[in-house]
Order: sequence, then C-alpha cells, then structure tokens
Amino acid sequence: MTTPILRLQNVEKRFGKNHVLRGVDLEVQPGESVVIIGGSGSGKSVMLKNALGLMTPDGGKIFFNGKDVTKATGGARANMRDRIGMLFQSGALFDSLTVWENVAFRLLNSDRLSRSMAKERAIETLRKVRLGPDVANLFPAEISGGMQKRVSLARSIISEPDLIFFDEPTTGLDPITADAINDLILEQVRGLGAAAVTITHDMPSARKIADDIAMLFEGRIIWRGKAAEVDRSGNDYVDQFVNGRAEGPIQPAI
Amino acid sequence: MSNVSTNKRGFPNPLAWIGAATLGLFSEVGRLSVFSARVKIAAFTPRWYPAEIWKQIIRIGFFSLPVVGLSAVFIGAALALNIYEGGSRYGAEQFVPNIVVLGITRELGAVITGLMLAGRVSAGISAEIGAMRVTEQIDALETLSASPYRYLYAPRFLAAIISLPLLVILADIIGVMGGWLVSVYGLGFDSTVYLRNTLDFVTRNDVITGLIKAVVFGAVIALMGCYQGDRSEAGATGVGRAATLSMVGAAVLVLAFNYVLSTVFVEIGL
Repeated sequence: MTTPILRLQNVEKRFGKNHVLRGVDLEVQPGESVVIIGGSGSGKSVMLKNALGLMTPDGGKIFFNGKDVTKATGGARANMRDRIGMLFQSGALFDSLTVWENVAFRLLNSDRLSRSMAKERAIETLRKVRLGPDVANLFPAEISGGMQKRVSLARSIISEPDLIFFDEPTTGLDPITADAINDLILEQVRGLGAAAVTITHDMPSARKIADDIAMLFEGRIIWRGKAAEVDRSGNDYVDQFVNGRAEGPIQPAI
Repeated sequence: MSNVSTNKRGFPNPLAWIGAATLGLFSEVGRLSVFSARVKIAAFTPRWYPAEIWKQIIRIGFFSLPVVGLSAVFIGAALALNIYEGGSRYGAEQFVPNIVVLGITRELGAVITGLMLAGRVSAGISAEIGAMRVTEQIDALETLSASPYRYLYAPRFLAAIISLPLLVILADIIGVMGGWLVSVYGLGFDSTVYLRNTLDFVTRNDVITGLIKAVVFGAVIALMGCYQGDRSEAGATGVGRAATLSMVGAAVLVLAFNYVLSTVFVEIGL
C-alpha cells in the first residue's frame, strides 16, 4: 500500500461558536484526482486552507507524503509548499506583476532562476495552457477572466508539483470556457502524474475531472465513491446535491 | 461591543463598557506589537527583495516629492509671516530667519512630511494590501513559499524609513526657502542677511533631531498601513475602512511620537 500524498485525520476547525470542520477524514493517493463537493458554507474552502497550511486546525492531524505537517513552520512548511500547486477561485494573480512574472514567481523568488531563464520557462508553460507569448508581457487586468484562470493554472503547474489544489476552478466562467479549463486541468494533472484535490459546486466539472468524488456536509465527509457512482450513491444528501433539488435533507443556504 | 452587558432599559453597563473597551485596546496593541516585531525581524534579517524595496522607495519617496515640497513651501511662508507679525509686537522682527529655520528643522519639516505621508502612503499601502488580502493574493504568496512579511511588508517598511529622512531634508530646505521668499519679497528683508542669519543659527543637532523623527515616522506610517491592510475585512467597505484606520492611526501616532521625541531631545539637550 502506497503512502497517501495527503491525509486529513479527524480535522476540526472552529471560528468562535461556528464549528466549521467537525472531524474531516480524507486520503488522496499519488496521481489520484479527488473532487470535494458540498453546498455553500459546508467548509470546503476552510478544509482546503487547512490542508495548505494557510490555517491551523483546532484538532486532528494533516499528513503530506506521510509527514505530519499539522503545525509545520519555516523550512518544513516551505518544503511542503514547494511540492504543492494551488489554483485559487479568483485566480489570485498579482496585479503589479506581468503575466510571465506571475507564472514564474516561484522560479524567480524561491528557485532564484535568472529572469531570462524564468521567462523562457513561463512562456513554455503558458503554451501548455493554450496562451501565446504575446500574453506574457500583459498585466492580469488586461486579460479576460478565462485567461486569468489559465495563467493561474500555469502558475500552479510550472514547478511540476506532486499535488495540486483547485478551488472552484470553473466558477464565473461560461460553460464553454469552463469545459476548456476542465480539459486543461485533466491534461496537465495527468501529464505531470500529480494528485489533485478540487473543490467545486459544478457537477459537470466534477464528473469530468474526478477519479473519486467526496461530499462534505456539516463539516464531515459523508460520502466518497468513484465519479461514475455518484448518480447511484444511495445517499440522500449526495442525491439531492448532484441533482440540484431544493427539496431534500439539505436546506438551501438562503 | 455586542458582548457588553446592558441594564433593564437596554443601556450598556458603564463598567462593562469600560472593561470591554480596555480589553479591546490592549488586545489591539498586543496584535500591533507582534505584527511590528515580525515586520522588523523580516526587514533586518535575510532574505531581502532589493527590487521590491527599490520599487517602494520610488512609490513612497519619489512620488511624494510634489506633495511634500508644496506643503513645506507654504508652511515656511506662513510661519515667516506669523513670526514677523508676532515679533513686530516686541520689535523682534529680525528673529524671523532664526525661528523659521528652528521651527522647520526641529519640528515642522518632519511633522508636515509625516502627516502628508500618513495620508498619501499609509492609506495607499493599507488599501493595496487590503485588496491583496481579500482577493487571496496574500494566500497565493504563501502557497508560493514567499512570506508576505518579507515580500510585502519589509520592503515597504525599509523604503519608508529610508525615504522619510530624505524627504524631510528636502522639506527643511524648501520650508526655509518658503520663509525666505515671503521675508525677502513681502516683508522687505535683505536676501543675503536672511540667508546668513539662517545658516549661522541652525545647528547640526537641529537637523539631526528632525531626521531621527523622520525615521520613526517612516516606521509608524509603513507599519500602520501594512497592519491595517493585513487585517482588512472582505469587500470594498472593509478595504475602505482599513485605509481610513491606517491614515488616522498613522497621523495620530506621528503627532504623539513627535511630542515624545521632542521631550526626549530637550531632556538630553539634543
């Protein structure tokens, strides 16, 4: 049995009286693509931020490649992040840097590559996400939302990570652009042989990019199965969510 | 203040209100102190980002030249007029150059520069970092193994403590020239005598005290901007509130530190 690249063990997180994560257990094997689905406010983003080390859990443990990184700091945290890529919901591109400087940020600031070599690598990576070199010198504000997502994807894959997190990768995109982003995610994740953890509401996206789908509800993973089985999960919560029905055990968040 | 207990009529219990306000103040001071210590450690230990520091020196220092220059010339001019008016009551008009240069170098050059930059720079830093916080750019920095303390806050802090003294030297020179302009062309002073009196009167210590204040004001302005931006809440209102808080906080702290430093300088005879 291989060591999971990521393992969350009984992870808990509270904000005051709001108990957001109530014992999340999740394992992701190397090369596996797991999609986490769940309604608004179910704790998906908080779970992701805990896994990334942007938040520290109040309880439980987080393991990366078998090492406990729950409270890792300094070099240990940096070593973990060097092997991780992240695509943020908003893209989170740095406004003050050009597209190529965004893509090559880690190469320039962490790996200390020369600007000419870093730019060459950035343009090569932009090509992988179907963006030409003409985009490289533009600023994020000068390109469309879909292009920003692709640039963010390029930034997350440039250092060939072992694990990539995707936070709502298709939110705010038209269906055609969203599908193109899904294709790129699949192509790049499989090309790298990386594991992927995606959180999304978008079921077509989940069905397309997932090996496994897990559902987070009220701070716990309540179901996990193969993507192909999601329509016959036998779980009322999953059934309501994947079919997008207002009636059912999950109360709409309004 | 929602946790403060209320009486039967719904008015807050005064003791509970004072207690909650005091606790709130202490926790805010504690958070700001920890944040400041982390920024200073990042600023004075490797690794540094020279390109970011240079970029911030241009933004904080170079682009503040017009506002600092204009403010200084008008302050110097108004100071000369008022000293002339006050001095004429005692037949002491001849002291205009002496008091203008003393007031500008020891006090007004640094204070005016500090207040102008509290508005222009501290609020700007806060709005920029606040926007980065709410658009997840700071989270993105961390995931890319770059510390926001080293990449964002330390360069602004270093740029401010380098730029402020240079701006204050400029404000001193322009402020004195503002007084000279009004005195020579409006009040009938002889240009050579005015300038000779100014140079004979001003001491190295007068200039140094202003420069020490400038370094402290630079630190206060950058720290308040970074701190409020880092704590910015989501949305346009949150970022706007952070900018307002940083500007007001920096301005008040500039004036408070000015008083403390002036007292210390007088006590030690500097």
